[in-house]
Amino acid sequence: MNFIEWIKQPWPWYVAGPLIGLTVPILLIIGNKSFGISSSLRHVCAACVPSKIPFFHYDWKKEVWNLFFVAGIFFGGIIAAQLLANPEPVLVNAKLAEELSGYGITNYSGLVPVDIFNWPALLSAKGLIMMVAGGFLVGFGTRYAGGCTSGHAIMGLSTLQWPSLVATCCFMVGGFIMANLVLPFILSL
Amino acid sequence: MPNTDFEVRSLDTMCVNAENRPAKWYANLKYLVVGIAFGIVFVKAEVISWFRIQEMFRLQSFHMYGIIGSAVVVGMISVWLIKKFNIKTIHGETIEFHPKKFNKGQIYGGLIFGFGWAITGACPGPLFAQIGTGATVVAVTLLSAIAGTWVYGYFREKLPH
Repeated sequence: MNFIEWIKQPWPWYVAGPLIGLTVPILLIIGNKSFGISSSLRHVCAACVPSKIPFFHYDWKKEVWNLFFVAGIFFGGIIAAQLLANPEPVLVNAKLAEELSGYGITNYSGLVPVDIFNWPALLSAKGLIMMVAGGFLVGFGTRYAGGCTSGHAIMGLSTLQWPSLVATCCFMVGGFIMANLVLPFILSL
Repeated sequence: MPNTDFEVRSLDTMCVNAENRPAKWYANLKYLVVGIAFGIVFVKAEVISWFRIQEMFRLQSFHMYGIIGSAVVVGMISVWLIKKFNIKTIHGETIEFHPKKFNKGQIYGGLIFGFGWAITGACPGPLFAQIGTGATVVAVTLLSAIAGTWVYGYFREKLPH
């Protein structure tokens, strides 16, 4: 197997996790920046529609590094999909595949299931809940919590902040409730 | 309107990263480069996969726990080393850490984000990477997340913290 074929396979957790963890010291050392991604959503609000809301009145230009960082994540997605894409279908746990097939989700060609996330689906109740309402909860919840998986779970826990542990536990509790108790109803719509 | 800026910032862990060193815009390109590397890891490790997030919340796979757990361990060791050896930034500045204050938002907001995470299969970072991989409709989810942030800002004073 040559290098390109080798690197195109899905990367195991023990490679990806440490690389993600290294983002913490890299950002600190190259510019004294605390790792966090959901802040970028606030900067977009501050830049585009601050209205008269005090929460959005600050000098967002001084935080513009964060927008460069998320733009990088976007370009990284393009590069990975164009040059390093795994040609095989996404492998998932057999129990999950069985459950999802019951909701008509059978296409494993992409990391984002095209059976749910596609443009025409935006006109359906299921699509609206999954894409529009889901996104709204992500943006509202992360800012209310003061951070997301990066700011709280990774940066916050790395610096031993107990409020971040509380937040991380709540992320997981919310996810377990939604995925196991509520999502089955949404997917059946 | 009273000046609530200090209060707002003390409640929120953000805005601790303001750049006070005068610099040209292209000084930010280094963050773009780190973002690109980070985005590639996100895609190749399937962190941005809706399926992987579903497996995580059904305890059907160790993958995401391994990633988050090992990332935290590496982050902790790095922070410990930075403090222990008083490592400076490349500009020779002392590295600053910003303690987070507890407020009830971490509970309510955390639960709300958890709901959204399980539905969309994405936290804010993966949303950007998902769009990059060609799932263009996720741009709608991202816009909705920005709207959610805005609505939080609008109702912020009325919400329990």
